[in-house]
Parts: sequence; C-alpha cells; structure tokens
Amino acid sequence: MRVALFVTCVNDALYPDTGRAVVTLLERLGVEVDFPAAQTCCGQPQFNTGYRAQAERLARRTADAFAGYDYVVTPSGSCAAMVRDQYPGLGCAGLGDLPDRVYELTEFLVDVLGVTDVGACYPHTVTYHPSCHGLRMLGLGDRPLRLLRAVRGLELVELPGAQECCGFGGTFAVKNPAVSAAMGADKVRNALSSGAEVLCGADNSCLMHLGGTLRRQDAPLRTVHLAEILASTEPEAAAHPQPDAHADPNGAAA
Amino acid sequence: MSGTYLGMPAFPEAAAVSTQNAQLRANLSHATRTIRDKRAAAVAELTDWPELRQSGREIKDHTLRHLDRYLLQLEEAVTAAGGTVHWAADAEEANRIVADLVKATGEREVVKVKSMATQEIGLNEALAAEGITAYETDLAELIVQLADDRPSHILVPAIHRNRTEIRDIFADRMATWGRPAPEDLTDSPAHLAEAARLHLREKFLRAKVAVSGANFMIADTGTLVVVESEGNGRMCLTLPETLISVVGIEKVLPTWNDLEVFLQLLPRSSTAERMNPYTSLWTGTTAGDGPRHFHLVLLDNGRTDTLADEVGRQALRCIRCSACLNVCPVYERAGGHAYGSVYPGPIGAILTPQLRGTASEVDASLPYASTLCGACYDACPVAIDIPEVLVHLRERVAEQGTGHRAERAALRAATWLLDHPAAYTAATRAAVGTRRLHPRRLPLPGPAKAWSDTRDLPAMPEQTFRDWWKKNRGEGKTAR
Repeated sequence: MRVALFVTCVNDALYPDTGRAVVTLLERLGVEVDFPAAQTCCGQPQFNTGYRAQAERLARRTADAFAGYDYVVTPSGSCAAMVRDQYPGLGCAGLGDLPDRVYELTEFLVDVLGVTDVGACYPHTVTYHPSCHGLRMLGLGDRPLRLLRAVRGLELVELPGAQECCGFGGTFAVKNPAVSAAMGADKVRNALSSGAEVLCGADNSCLMHLGGTLRRQDAPLRTVHLAEILASTEPEAAAHPQPDAHADPNGAAA
Repeated sequence: MSGTYLGMPAFPEAAAVSTQNAQLRANLSHATRTIRDKRAAAVAELTDWPELRQSGREIKDHTLRHLDRYLLQLEEAVTAAGGTVHWAADAEEANRIVADLVKATGEREVVKVKSMATQEIGLNEALAAEGITAYETDLAELIVQLADDRPSHILVPAIHRNRTEIRDIFADRMATWGRPAPEDLTDSPAHLAEAARLHLREKFLRAKVAVSGANFMIADTGTLVVVESEGNGRMCLTLPETLISVVGIEKVLPTWNDLEVFLQLLPRSSTAERMNPYTSLWTGTTAGDGPRHFHLVLLDNGRTDTLADEVGRQALRCIRCSACLNVCPVYERAGGHAYGSVYPGPIGAILTPQLRGTASEVDASLPYASTLCGACYDACPVAIDIPEVLVHLRERVAEQGTGHRAERAALRAATWLLDHPAAYTAATRAAVGTRRLHPRRLPLPGPAKAWSDTRDLPAMPEQTFRDWWKKNRGEGKTAR
C-alpha cells in the first residue's frame, strides 16, 4: 500500500504540527507514509473565487505530484472535497483517477484501515466542529465522532449549532469580513457554552478563523486539529500539553 | 427590477451595516431558526422526500427544455378559456401592459396578491407614476408597504420586524392608507391580525381590479395556481371584476398531474406545513363566477438569457419556497436588504445576477455573498446546486475584471508561486524565518486588515512541514 500525505498549503506553512501528527498517527498504525514534495495547493482558493484556469494549473500539478500512490490522505475535508468533487468537473486533461484515490484522514482511518480506536489518549473535554465541506460534500458523517469517542480520557461534549458554517469560507473571510466575523462570533459563543477546553476540527482553515477569534477575545478555549488529538498517546504529555500550535509564540496576548 | 433598489451598496458594505443592528440580528436569528426547525420536522415526515425532490427537479428541467412548446400550449388553453395572454420582454413592457389594462377599466386603485414577479419589475412604483394606487393585501407585505420599507425575505417579507415594531407601524400609518388602526391597538398577534383584517376588508370589497402573480401555471388546462396562508389571495382572485396575473415564464408546468409533486414540496419547504391553508386555482373566466376579465402577462425579464446558460439555468427551477434563506448563515446575519434585490439569500445571489447581469457593483458582489457551505443545496426542494452556480457566476465576475484587479493580481502571483515548488518553498521558509516580525493585526487596508480587525492572524511556526519532513524523513519525491 503506497500512501502519500497531502498535507495542504495551509498546514505546510502555518500548521506543520498537524502534518507531523498525521505522520505519527499513520506510522503508529503501521502505514508507511511518503510526502511528495512537488505538492503545493489543490487550487481551491482559485476555483472558489472564480479563477478557473489557475485552479486547473494547480489541479494538474496536484495530480502529477500524487501519481502512482494507492492512497492520498489529507487532514483537510475541504481540500479532499476540492479534489474529489470539483476536479472531475474541471474537465482538464492529466488529472487521472486522483479523485478516486483521495481520502480525508478520518475516512482513511475508518474506511480503509478499518479502525476507530487509534490508541490515542487525550484527557481533556473536547467539542467537535464539523466543517461544511467534510460534512456536506464528503459526507463524513459520524466518523470523526467515532474516532474521538474511542480516545482514552477524552470527554466529548456537544457543540450547539454544530452543523452551521463557522464563517470562514476561504476568500469569503476577507471579502465579507463583517458577516464572517459575525458567524465566527456565534460559533465561538456556542463552543464556549459547551464547556469544552478544546475546540476540535478536521480543517485548519476553519480553526484558523475560530482560533483567531478566540484569541482576540482572550477566551479560555483553544483550537486543536483532530489529527493532533488522535496522535496523542502519553497521558503525562497530554496532561501538560505542548504550547498550543495555534497560540502566539511571542507570548502575551494583545 | 424595482427602482427602490437602485444605488444599493455592494453586499459587503450593506452587510457590514446590517450585522451591527442587534435587533435585526435577533429578529432574523429567532425567525429563521424557528422556521428551519419546523421545516426539518415536516420534511422528515415524508419517507419519499428524496424521490419527490428528484421528481420536482426532473419536471422543472423537462419543462425548461421545452419551454417554448409549453408556453404556446398555455397561451392556447388560457385563450380558449376566455382569458387574454400578453407577452412582456422586460419590466418596462410588463408595467406598461398592466398600467394600460388598469386604465382601460377606468379604475385608479388595485388590490394585490403577494407576488415576487411584480416586485421584481417594480410594478407598484410604475402604477403610482400613472396615478394608480396598488394596495398590498398579504399581511407581511402590508406591514412593509405601510412602513415604506422593502421586503427582507421571499416568504416572510417582514421577517426583520418584531411585534412591537409592527404595532407602531399600524398605529402610525394605517390611517394614511385607509381605515385607521383601533385606538387601543396592542402588540398581541390577535389584535394585530384583527386590525389588518378590518383595514383590508374595506379594500377587498371596494376593488374592481386585482393584480396577482402565480406559483404555477398548467399548460394543458390553462390553469393558474396561487398557494397562500391567509385567504387574502382568494379574496383578490375572486371578488374583483378584472384580474391581471403577472407571471414569470418559468412557472409553467406541463400537466395537471405535475402539480401534485409541487403541492407537496412547496408548503413543507416554505412554511413547514403539510398543506397550505388556501390553494386557489382559476382557468380563464366563468360566467357568473369570479372575475369577468382575466389577463395573463407572461414575463421574460432576463429569464431566456438565464435559460441559455448551461450551469446557471437550474436557478429557473426555483419555486420561491425560501428554504435556502432559512438555512443560510449569511442571510441570517446580513438580512434580506443587504442583497439589494427582491430575491435575497442564496437563491437571490444566483438569480439576481443572472436576471440583471453582473455589471453593477451590487450584482457583481452577490455571487460572493456565500461561504459555499452547501446548506442551501441540501435544503432546496428542487435540488438547485446553488454553490455550483455561485462559483460559476464568480468566474463570470472575475473574467469581467471589474473591481477585482488587486485580487486578480494576488491570485495570479500566488498561483505562479504554488506552481513552482522551489520558489514556494523559499517563500514559506522566508515567512517562517521572519516570524517574530509578524504582527497579529495589521493597520493597512487590504485582506490582512479585513482579517485582523476581528481575528488574530495565525502565528507562523518555527518550521514549515516540508522542511521538517526533509530533515526528519528525507527528501521524498523530488520537487519539480
């Protein structure tokens, strides 16, 4: 089984911990992972903003980078949905069967590897935000929740209005900042009301928007990618978690 | 479309203002949440909802494919039943036809059944310019008209108003339009409804001319259908001597049998009811019963252009149920007015730029008034893939290049970088290397400021993933 990690541009540049967590997790489950360095971005920002020709260029690059792998696994429901749902409609040559080989992380774990208990330990109260593309385009269903429920020490609490969009929406976040911020504020209020210590998701783009909103408010809740929870094992380490990957390394809050 | 929408700011500016209105947001949030919860329950009652939805989609697609044939068949059937059919290419022609028909009766006022088509063409304003007063008789439309306001929702035009606001509007304005509100009017729903009932009853009994739209038209029988909740529509459709119906050409259905699918899809999707209280059907004229004169104005106004667009034409399946508005998180925060169109929400964001074109700033902004979350597509009873059409229309706006020059340049540069991994690696490495210099909010205008006005920018990590991989796992496949 040749498995490639499609880390995504956002994770590569801003959230490398998520990529490392996927590698740790998959290797722990006996999967040999490769990282084709020719990968960059799937082209979703270009496609969703109306720049189709440029999205096609990046789609061809992505297909090329992942040629020859049986499975391409990504810790982003949004990017998986771009490849699987939108690439076929682009209709450009050279994309091969990539859409059939791309799996969002939780799909790969549950459907391909057939595991829900990945041997993780994470003694925290966690609530889960199902990002729209994973929820509606990929139909991830309860896979992420099944994986979270099997984590030792983790208490999963319900997120009110979970299925509502967080307001990120790619370039929407900067093209319509007022509405984006209003949606983010409501999502954050719901997450805080859940009583969780950790707001977990399977898309760092949404978590970037929500984490930035939380930090601006100095709210007592941090955002963590699902992969990082599933990669955690040591109770001692988890009880004294690493500095939040999404927190400001410069120290004091603004 | 209605002149009242001319000069509207683009969606982001209008929404920035409306999101600051706490009362508006509370009203909208409460109302849309209530409707969507009820709707979900009503839909869940039917085990064959997916099949019904598929049937609705197929009937509409079939009709649109043969629209010319069904419209001619409809014209023939309406004419044979004693009605007169008029064809209007645009708003101006439709308004002229209606105004001339009203003037020919010698009347100076008309009662109206709630109609999106007549709002789309700005009929009330056009009639007013000819000295004809149009009275809205739908309760919510009455509220909007009395307040000199604009509708904020397709189905619930006064969704942005609460009971106290409505009481004040009735008390202040009813007297200027007819029978005044009772002196002791309270904001209880029963009091408000009774005030509206007494006010409207005078108009129903006096009016000689009525103007309506239609939810459906049946080609093989020439029958028109109006679906409503209050009974005001039935009063307008049966009491006056002359009935003028203005209907978009996409509202035709081939046969009477097709109606059963839509009479299940529409009420559950819109009001979360199993069946709406009043379904009125009329076929031409009948001696001794109902209006003596019936005119049907078939309205194009951009619809054939929309039909010519392979991706965008699915918007013409719309049955104006508002399910997409009620599930849309953007609509819920921004409100209907921000869309600068009689069709707000997700359907407005794809229908309006197709009917009006994307030349104006507001129309060019509408395809971007969505996060593409897909909730509207899930809710749509005729399966319009609204996100697909939004992206398609964004391509059209991006191609015309108006007002998006900086974005185009930025995306071109980013794409070049992303298509050259060595340069991309160097750029991300440089960003990571200067991480301590990056502020968490930016004062200069642009995307970073738009982001950091309310959110911290993400902190850069010490190392990109690809550099970590290279150091810890080797080269992988070589970058090209």
